[in-house]
Amino acid sequence: MIHVSTATAEDLTEVSAPERFWNRPRRLGAGVVIIGLLAICLFGPLASSKTARFTLSEDSGGAALSINGDVGAYLFGAITVVLGVLMLAGVAKRWHTAFLVIGIVTFVFSFLCWQVAGNFLPVVSIADGTFDFALPLILGALAGVLGERSGVVNVAIEGQFLMGAFAAALVGTLATSVWAGLIGAVLGGVLIAALLAVLAIRFLVDQVVVGIVLNLLALGITGFLYERLMQPDSAKYNQPPHMPTWSIPGLSNIPVIGPVLFRATLLLWIALILVFVIHFALRRTRWGLRTRAVGEHPTAADTVGVRVRGLRYTNVLIGGAIAGAGGAYFTLMATSAFNKNMTGGAGFIALAALIFGRWTPFGALGAALFFGFTQQLAYYLSAGVGSSVPNQFLNMLPYLATIVAVAGLVGRVRAPAADGVPYTKS
Amino acid sequence: MANDHIDITVEPGEVHALLGENGAGKSTLMNQLYGLLQPDEGEILVDGEVRTFRSPRDAIAAGIGMVHQHFMLVPVFTVAENIALGAEETRGGPLGWLDRRRNRRDVLETSTKYGLPIDPDALVENLPVGAQQRVEIVKALTREVDLLILDEPTAVLTPQETDELLRVLRALAETGKSIVFITHKLREVKAIADRITVIRRGRTVGTATPDTSEDELAALMVGRDVSLEVTKKPATPAHEVLKVTGLVVDDDRGVRAVDGVDLVVRSGEVLGIAGVQGNGQTELVEAIMGLREIRAGRMELEGQNLTGMSTKKILRAGVGYVPEDRSLDGVVREFSVAENLVLDMYDSAPYGNAWRLDPKAIGSSAAQRVEQFDIRTGSTDSAVSTLSGGNQQKVVVAREMSRPLRLLIASQPTRGVDVGSIEFIHNQVVHERDIGTAVLVVSSELEEIYSLADRIAVMYRGRILAIVAPDTPSEEIGLLMAGVTGTAGEDEK
Repeated sequence: MIHVSTATAEDLTEVSAPERFWNRPRRLGAGVVIIGLLAICLFGPLASSKTARFTLSEDSGGAALSINGDVGAYLFGAITVVLGVLMLAGVAKRWHTAFLVIGIVTFVFSFLCWQVAGNFLPVVSIADGTFDFALPLILGALAGVLGERSGVVNVAIEGQFLMGAFAAALVGTLATSVWAGLIGAVLGGVLIAALLAVLAIRFLVDQVVVGIVLNLLALGITGFLYERLMQPDSAKYNQPPHMPTWSIPGLSNIPVIGPVLFRATLLLWIALILVFVIHFALRRTRWGLRTRAVGEHPTAADTVGVRVRGLRYTNVLIGGAIAGAGGAYFTLMATSAFNKNMTGGAGFIALAALIFGRWTPFGALGAALFFGFTQQLAYYLSAGVGSSVPNQFLNMLPYLATIVAVAGLVGRVRAPAADGVPYTKS
Repeated sequence: MANDHIDITVEPGEVHALLGENGAGKSTLMNQLYGLLQPDEGEILVDGEVRTFRSPRDAIAAGIGMVHQHFMLVPVFTVAENIALGAEETRGGPLGWLDRRRNRRDVLETSTKYGLPIDPDALVENLPVGAQQRVEIVKALTREVDLLILDEPTAVLTPQETDELLRVLRALAETGKSIVFITHKLREVKAIADRITVIRRGRTVGTATPDTSEDELAALMVGRDVSLEVTKKPATPAHEVLKVTGLVVDDDRGVRAVDGVDLVVRSGEVLGIAGVQGNGQTELVEAIMGLREIRAGRMELEGQNLTGMSTKKILRAGVGYVPEDRSLDGVVREFSVAENLVLDMYDSAPYGNAWRLDPKAIGSSAAQRVEQFDIRTGSTDSAVSTLSGGNQQKVVVAREMSRPLRLLIASQPTRGVDVGSIEFIHNQVVHERDIGTAVLVVSSELEEIYSLADRIAVMYRGRILAIVAPDTPSEEIGLLMAGVTGTAGEDEK
């Protein structure tokens, strides 16, 4: 007795596999409905009926969009729910991302209508602040992109920031030149990156562990030198000049984007240009092709004559330079002196931006702007509007957004296959 | 020592087969030729000149190309990107702006010149293995090699694809290129080689011509006479032991891997699942073992529902499992032989209970099984990682066959195992069948399926295309493995 079964080409076409009901779009849709209901049940009743004004300037003047606070809170909450329900009902696949993004934006609007009711929100200064907060994150995440696309995990962005910030303050003060400070920052970042590269690539130490240790090392060294050198004589060592803001004639007069993008510091322009440069270099140049190959399948790259370790060294060091420049933001732009542990975890948020941005330069830019926006919003609402929400909760916003973004929205992303795996010839 | 004073000469326009068992040192030898490893002694001459290869770059410059056993392709790159990598056409600039059009054209030129059709814009991860191999060969050919080394190139191919590859290699040799063909399969050696060098334990043990008989070659390769045929009595299938209906399983990426499989394995028979690697066999077996979530379907063991049962319970229900990846899933490499032999039973009598282990019982049972299963190890306390591949596999087999079984699932039971151990393991599997166990063997080596199976199921893209008798000619099964139905499957008995 032999069991015989036959299948023909016709059988093969009718694939009758049941799809799981709670697939990813449905889960996200349910999430959107929940935040929408939250907006309707919480923001709506709490909002006063006073007018919320969104001014297209840096203060309360000028053209503005106005809406009644409670109306807006309910309206935008309702839109969020509708979008979530549409996702649950199973709209076409190409709409998923758009609906998700719009749903989150309307949720934020609902929240803003509640908060701003009877007050105003200056859109331009919020956008300005967003770029300001996002600037180090963009540079830090770009540093991560360079390292990780070639297969080296860079957890030491925080340490590179800190070293960059410290070196910028010290060199900038000694040379009384902001540009010397910037170069100092770059070298500071490269120093940490060189340690990372040698330990991770040459000595094959676990890359995450090395990164954490380097963060602690940077914290210790800068903290020590701050106390022993800078604090006793801050006029001599810790009074760096401020990075000048430049206006591009003509372009800076464009409403809204003019003051945000074209009346800014050189560092912001460098960051934005780097996003484009790295994006195209990764996709279109020999260096980019080899970097990606080394990050995905180093053995394959080696067998066609690509120097795996050399390329990884190069990328980690360039990344260190970029992250170091990001560190300069803290002492040459945000404040005017170095302080102990002044980066306060921004390097880790940059790391989150890198992952949220799916290891791509533009993704990193978007993620950095998102985190910058939440930071700026928290700042404005507690200081500018005098929000009823306790200060501490508003300050949690950026971190909360990070967790939600990385855990919830990113979902299953594919890191470079050889990310964090040291290369050894077998 | 992997290579011990080996001499080998390859002439222009020659197909030179390097024959040897797994672990004989063939790949080590070729990796030195390709600059991936450096020899401690001896020299490499290319066209009469001594050359040293510090890295593959040097080997490529000397006109040597290699198609590795595990393909050296970046899965997320296109075919053209993979071929360009390392030898990119650029339009200059400090970073080298890629000239994608020229890269693409080079690929198409080489591919038409040698009759190796490939789509330059396809993503490598979406290509079947046969096509990936063509990409590897084209990659080597665009670099203008004089000597092409192929390491076990047929391991992942259907019989038809193998014949096609052999035809291509013959044509390449006729254009004056030298080919080194590494393999342990005698049929292919006889079909293609002009000359044969046999390697055993790192030494050259002889050269032969293709008219040498398969038995003689096998004896040279193993060092003693071996019987290539498994002798077995006709099967006496009885009641249904494993019954799988409508099974649907996804792979790690969430792509459907098993797509509605029905199969029955009876007591006292071996059902062999043939098919090119990656057609859902792994996922099928993992689903039956409770190691992988299923999307739909039902699995029964003598009427008992296995669906949703934990792996431990499935094992305790009398299922033996030899996993396909020995070092990953079969043994704990750092554990001793004795410990590995009780991985499935450590918490039950006589080896221990929920609280403690009984080292004495574990030790004595290990000693007895090492004897019974001919496991060559210094001591039962040696780490399993110190054993050869064949002996590690015997540890797995010994563990799984020491329990009274109702069903034995053996996935690639002899992969990376020497010929002597293959013989032994095959006999154990047949013995298990003869005492009334239902046996499911999954193998991508058709020869293994032929020597063990009483019925052959051919799996293709997650489906069982047909179940055929063991005397079905290999051409027919080969077509099924490539997804061609219609001719086979009708030979009912």
